[in-house]
Amino acid sequence: MNLITRGFHGRRGGDPARIPPGQYEAHDFPVLSVGPTPRVDTDDWAFTVTTETGTAHSWTWDEFLGLAQERPHVDIHCVTRWSKLDTDWVGVSVDTLLADVESTADYAVAHSYGGYTTNLPLEDLTDGQAWIVHTFDGEPLAAEHGGPARLLVPHLYFWKSAKWVKGLTLTPGDEPGFWEQAGYHDYGDPWREQRYRGD
Amino acid sequence: MTRPTRLDGNVLAGPLSEVFSVDLTAAARLCSVCGDEGVCAQLLVYADGPGLVARCPGCAVLVLRLVRTPHGVVLDLGGTGCVTIPLGEEP
Amino acid sequence: MPSWTTATLEADRWETPTARTLVLSVPGWAGHRPGQHVDVQLRAEDGYTAERSYSIASASGPDRLELTVQLAPGGEVSPYLVQEFRPGDRVRVRGPLGGWFVWRTADPDPVVLVGGGSGVVPLASMVRERRRTGGRALFRILYSLRSPDDRYYAGDLGAASDPGVDVFLAYTRSAPPGSVRGAKRLSVADLNTHGFPAEFTPLCYVCGPTGFVETVADGLIALGHDPRRIRTERYGSGGGR
Repeated sequence: MNLITRGFHGRRGGDPARIPPGQYEAHDFPVLSVGPTPRVDTDDWAFTVTTETGTAHSWTWDEFLGLAQERPHVDIHCVTRWSKLDTDWVGVSVDTLLADVESTADYAVAHSYGGYTTNLPLEDLTDGQAWIVHTFDGEPLAAEHGGPARLLVPHLYFWKSAKWVKGLTLTPGDEPGFWEQAGYHDYGDPWREQRYRGD
Repeated sequence: MTRPTRLDGNVLAGPLSEVFSVDLTAAARLCSVCGDEGVCAQLLVYADGPGLVARCPGCAVLVLRLVRTPHGVVLDLGGTGCVTIPLGEEP
Repeated sequence: MPSWTTATLEADRWETPTARTLVLSVPGWAGHRPGQHVDVQLRAEDGYTAERSYSIASASGPDRLELTVQLAPGGEVSPYLVQEFRPGDRVRVRGPLGGWFVWRTADPDPVVLVGGGSGVVPLASMVRERRRTGGRALFRILYSLRSPDDRYYAGDLGAASDPGVDVFLAYTRSAPPGSVRGAKRLSVADLNTHGFPAEFTPLCYVCGPTGFVETVADGLIALGHDPRRIRTERYGSGGGR
């Protein structure tokens, strides 16, 4: 039964050149969470890249801030249908973090404080497409939005941009993360509406 | 909204009714991680995200993930405790 | 087994300028237990659907139920249901849902009901069901609300026709002129003064926003109430979930 509710349209719209299908433009910044907000002191924070052979490369907070900083200005698209245009971030390109890492892996799993995970092809994390960011809109990234630092991969649905990120594990095969195990798409391209596995 | 909304297991009643013929929210749950004894209605539920996520009110361990996709319901029951389901009419 | 069924708006009542009670005609509806909720589904012409949970406000009865929806500015569903939904319009509902946050009319124990904002809705269903069934369990209601203008069910909740039901209004932002208590958050002292003592072993039902529910539940436990006698239901903003 496909009953239509007269006059209900849902949130809709925006510039079709910038708002992907099925999305609407949000002007606030919704907070989505799958658990208690981790409170991570930057004194205790570390970011670690672990290769498929188990070799680890780690940065403390101060070492991380000492790396070359970039200022991505991007649009972001959440699978819960909001898109936010013209967001400003400061952080370190994943290219910088992988510069001295020897690997033949094709995929990566991002790990977060609090236990969240998400999987991505390594080629989507490189070539200026992804950052570990610590500043949003000129302010230190709030804990609710993933601070001290989160992954930012704006060309994929925002669940790939893991909050409270603490590392990347490089893997030969694609290993589904928290939402991918539960039926969401392994890749998640918003312009192709790859929301669910099988889309 | 700009703050995360945490609800409770009462909100699971409808989505779980698509899968189970009894109301699981009134079922007692014993946590195998922290020993918490409660009712599924008392689970902490994060409902704003891509799916429903329920956690133990005692230790926050993952208890349930539920996603409604166009292809079906994906349900992860976590394996972190046991539920006792009342079979009478009243809880 | 609850399944989706069509509900048609039959009538409405404004509880406040931003809260509307929807009287829904649901042929085949068999009634509910007070405290239960329904899921409401709206479908746009392009197939997009949105679902929210709303507590049932009315007493149990066939073929009809009432919901009270609080407008959440910037929301997706509540602005439609409060401002756009007209008599004759249809949504789908699934329910009645939930077997824990319910009051059994046969239970003679005293009851403490604590509602914050739109969290008073399922408590109103309990009072109305008590009235419908001629129940005599003693009820004490503590209703936390911002101001007199935010009050739901004035003239009904606390009616003289409900002997044994006491209602205490705890204003949090502005109280009526002459109020001795003034406007402040519902406190442990309020729970102590206007609830039942723990040694009466009342059943306690607490409903409202998450922070409110957890503060009140902690307060009841501090007053010696058995946590197993406290039943809670948390709402998101706007009274929907």
